[in-house]
Amino acid sequence: MPSQELRILSPTAILGYGFPEASFNKALDRKPHVIAVDAGSSDPGPYYLGSGKAFTNRAFVKRDLRYMLVAGRKLNIPVIVGTAGGSGAKPHLKWCYDIILEIAKEENLSFTMAVIPSDVSKELVRGAIRSGTIESLSFVPPLTEEALDATTNLVAQLGPEPLVEALRQGANVVLAGRCYDPANFAALPLLLGYDEGLAIHMGKILECGAIAASPGSGADCALATLTDHSFILEAPNPTRQFTIASAAAHTLYEKGNPYELPGPGGILDLRQCRFTDIGQGRVEVQGSRHIRTEPYKVKLEGARPVGHRSISIAGVRDPIMIASIDAILEQVRAQVQSMGTGNRGQVFFHIYGRDGVMGPGEIRLKSQWQTQKPYELGIVIESVAPTQEEAETLTSVSRSTLLHYGYEGRISTAGNLAFPFSPSDINMGTVYEFSVYHLMPIEDPVNFPDSEGRMMVTVNKGRLL
Amino acid sequence: MKLVLLDVAQVIRSKNSGPFELTLDIMFKERETYELFKERNLINKDVIATLYGVKPEEVLSVVYFEPAQAIKATLKRLIPSGAPGDRDIYGAQQHGPLLDLEWELT
Repeated sequence: MPSQELRILSPTAILGYGFPEASFNKALDRKPHVIAVDAGSSDPGPYYLGSGKAFTNRAFVKRDLRYMLVAGRKLNIPVIVGTAGGSGAKPHLKWCYDIILEIAKEENLSFTMAVIPSDVSKELVRGAIRSGTIESLSFVPPLTEEALDATTNLVAQLGPEPLVEALRQGANVVLAGRCYDPANFAALPLLLGYDEGLAIHMGKILECGAIAASPGSGADCALATLTDHSFILEAPNPTRQFTIASAAAHTLYEKGNPYELPGPGGILDLRQCRFTDIGQGRVEVQGSRHIRTEPYKVKLEGARPVGHRSISIAGVRDPIMIASIDAILEQVRAQVQSMGTGNRGQVFFHIYGRDGVMGPGEIRLKSQWQTQKPYELGIVIESVAPTQEEAETLTSVSRSTLLHYGYEGRISTAGNLAFPFSPSDINMGTVYEFSVYHLMPIEDPVNFPDSEGRMMVTVNKGRLL
Repeated sequence: MKLVLLDVAQVIRSKNSGPFELTLDIMFKERETYELFKERNLINKDVIATLYGVKPEEVLSVVYFEPAQAIKATLKRLIPSGAPGDRDIYGAQQHGPLLDLEWELT
């Protein structure tokens, strides 16, 4: 295992969230060996994967990438972008690819770029369904061929292997589809023979940039120094520092069991992990282990359309109406249905100030709400129906019915709702849900998934050769 | 002795752990408080199930995590992230009920 230091720079939590120029420059002074970034997440929900759109802003993705690509070429170090475009499917990858080529042209850059799609063929997954090798994760229903057929974008979370291979082949820029977040940061260390456990755990913390520092930020840099026995975390911005609490806390983040973090091809075992404060805002981490598992399994992610959405936003400032809001909404719902609108589609009333955040799981519904009503409520009327026209009709008729509904005890007879906007109703387009979130065994983690889109391209002074 | 979670915790938060699970983190200010919670198992699957209106078997795990002197509970999302009827796509505001937890210790 190499004994010299390897420094890995993570400029921001998600490509497009931004970072201060001063932090980035300070990090560059530390002479990093690679700049890697996680460009996506499934957190913003199924819409982005399903529709092929990015949840990050194009201008800011371009801004962040410009700093990274220019620095990468100047220092002659690789730049790695994983989960391109937010969800990492084909349209997301193309979106990010185009941005990179624009920057290359504007900055007159020369590099070779590996493009690594993560889209998985439905036929491959269908075969796995039929042979019974698809595994459902907790609380996820079994994968059916029907759900698979309806899925618009289907990707696998790739491990570090294809990224390592791209670096081995000399890529200066690696642009990958959906990746296991730590893979982007672990790729160069693994190519050079550093310990898997340390490299992956380091990636797990770096993938959120300075969120793991104190005070945390999703829009600032983090730097790790990896050796043969540990990695050291630091925040280039002098207003932040890593503490044992912040680093250990981040190990908990977004994961089910903090001692065993499963990923592609193995489990990160943190039972022996130790965090040590070594001063100057730095924390040293030791003892992280990676245990490979057979067969190699990847997590598949897919989303499918389930209808169209239309919403209307309004406020209520009438205590008489607020006191009997449940009964009023039920009566409105029944009246709307009786007029022949509600046969195809669902109407949801989100009542902010009561249970808008937690729904029926709101524990204070049985206590505080009964005895002490708020003086104001926010209502979002949401309709989901097979077509946009039907959703729009449901929202419109629910809104007009509620606006003029003559509930019992009413003294405010001019209208029941305060609309902040005209138009009051908004069509939200297609609604998606996660249709695939399952494990599938694969044979060759370096070359999976088989894709025509995997390629190495050469850019010379901003021109694609 | 009355023990109020809000008084002894440094961080109480919720977040998705993938689209089908919600994960809750409680980090303690003092090591001794963490040890007390661990020793008495004050936060367990039943406590979480009651607080969140799910069945105990829908609470996947409650883990006491030494390095962060923290408790982590992971449970089933009532509605998967972003599916019709969901109210919190990131799951980032589901920690509220934990703030009400208190115990009368003898």
